[in-house]
Amino acid sequence: MAAQASFIGQKNKKEQVYTDPWHMMNEAPRTPSFFTGSEVIKEAVRRASCDIMVAYPITPQSEAAALCGELFAEGYIGDYFRGESEFAVMSQCAGAAFGGARVFTTTAGPGTMRAMENFPMWAGARLPIQMIVTCRGINSPLSIQPDTLEISYLMQTGMLVWHAETAQDFYDWILKGYMVSEEPDVHLPLALCCDGFFVTHTKDMVDLTPVDMCLPPYDPYRSPVPCMDMECPPVRMMRDPFVMKSNYISYATHASWQQEVWAAVERSRKHTIRWMDGLIDTENTDADVIVVASGTAVSQSREAIAMLEEEGIHVGLVKVKTLRPWPGEEIREATKHAKHIIVPEFNVIGWLAREVSATISNNERIHAGPHVCGGMTMPPEIIAAEIKTVLGVKAPSLAGRGG
Amino acid sequence: MTTSYRVMPGPEHFLPPSAASMGIRLPDPGQGHIHGSIVSEEEALEEAARQFLSAKVPTIFPGPLVLWAWNDKAAKKAKAIRHLYETIKECVDSSCQHAMLIPMPDYRPKYPKINPEIEINPNHPNLTIWHNKIDACMFVGVHCHQANLSLKIIRGGTNCYTIAMCAQAGHEDAMVSVRDATADKIIKLADWVKKLKGSVAPPAKNSA
Repeated sequence: MAAQASFIGQKNKKEQVYTDPWHMMNEAPRTPSFFTGSEVIKEAVRRASCDIMVAYPITPQSEAAALCGELFAEGYIGDYFRGESEFAVMSQCAGAAFGGARVFTTTAGPGTMRAMENFPMWAGARLPIQMIVTCRGINSPLSIQPDTLEISYLMQTGMLVWHAETAQDFYDWILKGYMVSEEPDVHLPLALCCDGFFVTHTKDMVDLTPVDMCLPPYDPYRSPVPCMDMECPPVRMMRDPFVMKSNYISYATHASWQQEVWAAVERSRKHTIRWMDGLIDTENTDADVIVVASGTAVSQSREAIAMLEEEGIHVGLVKVKTLRPWPGEEIREATKHAKHIIVPEFNVIGWLAREVSATISNNERIHAGPHVCGGMTMPPEIIAAEIKTVLGVKAPSLAGRGG
Repeated sequence: MTTSYRVMPGPEHFLPPSAASMGIRLPDPGQGHIHGSIVSEEEALEEAARQFLSAKVPTIFPGPLVLWAWNDKAAKKAKAIRHLYETIKECVDSSCQHAMLIPMPDYRPKYPKINPEIEINPNHPNLTIWHNKIDACMFVGVHCHQANLSLKIIRGGTNCYTIAMCAQAGHEDAMVSVRDATADKIIKLADWVKKLKGSVAPPAKNSA
């Protein structure tokens, strides 16, 4: 921290002032701006003092990678290059982070799945890489529309996983994400997810921090592991599987290593609560019915709740901001009075409902749905209808919409 | 999260859980922890000194961050650690206590096994603990990830009391931990050892 503090007040080559991150994010003036989500990613990265961005710019899902290329051309990113595939990109990100750089990348859908082998490796190697995931369908037939199925895989990798609802969340969390993930007791990669297309391609008002302020640079000397060394774990253990297999004690080390990664996820809780003002946001948690949602399902739920309010039906809301660390205690507390818990999701399996179900008591209160997937929208009316059905209130069929 | 879990000497389990997963939280600046409970830094230093004075084989494990003079701070810390070791040696009862200083020079797995008389390794720290019958130890200058691996493996398979003097955020997998360690804090710990000399019962001479 001392090394980072020594930069504060100095200017980078673009005349941006390295600024105390807390001041920059919470006290500095903000300028309302009308941007797409992809443009917002670019604006956050402009202020993030990134050393390296590696891109596989598959533009149909998000222009963010291409826009960050412009940032490199303008001199805001130390280095920028393109990988031959998502797997190559994530491997190159690892190399850069092993060497002590602040690294940024983006991916989505099939790209996330193709690169998946790298993510537990990043976490195991304690590399605080930030990866934007603009979620899209992962299965055939492919879709560039939102579908959050890939998040369920990311949640088991040992990475931090946050799920942004809006472009404003995205902007703030990219910058705050580095502050949390680079803490020496955390030092883990962050998958900052949003529902692609809805957030990336639509324009929204976003309050930006001053363009002449940026985060202090990453200090690799605060890392909990030394820089990459071919003779040390994890590289040595990846290189010498035969030795590992012959030696019981290596298994114990490996097991402890995995536990340490998840311990670091737990340690991120304290820092995340400070920076994000809690792992969840809540509204009207004294209501009998509460919606628990993440991503743009939160926005759609808000609309549904407003519609129901006009009919005299009071419904509360829990916005889940972080999936790793998982806000189990917060959700238990927020839903303790609820008779019914509705979990709308943009995926076919209902991973959020499963997580909530494993968290709370009396989980027969959970109604997993409505679900949409494959790029479908989730009209607020179907959330409202689900709630009415649960309450035994007659709701009109929505099956014929548009017919 | 409230937890009844306490970080105590083992042997705890075939594969003990990480303390963080059991709800133990790290101290904030100015604090330390004892067995997972947050205390003032001064209390943690005092407890660490008590553990050194009551152990049969109080041992310091300096790691790579303080074994090489890669900057002025590291060199200063190394001198402070040497001072702490000499202080412990002076203050314990040499007829039944034997202070040791065993380095963790690097983190390479060494096969078929390390020489436990001269070094400790994070991949099998229990070998050094068992071989030297170490019953209280302090990690200092070890990268946090490797320190946590060691602390948990030691808690899992030995009865050694662990102390972590950490330059960063502290270690919940140790029984006592101090954070933001500097040479001055290490010297302060040596002062506590001196101050408590004679007031802490040494181990029984015939105890195992």
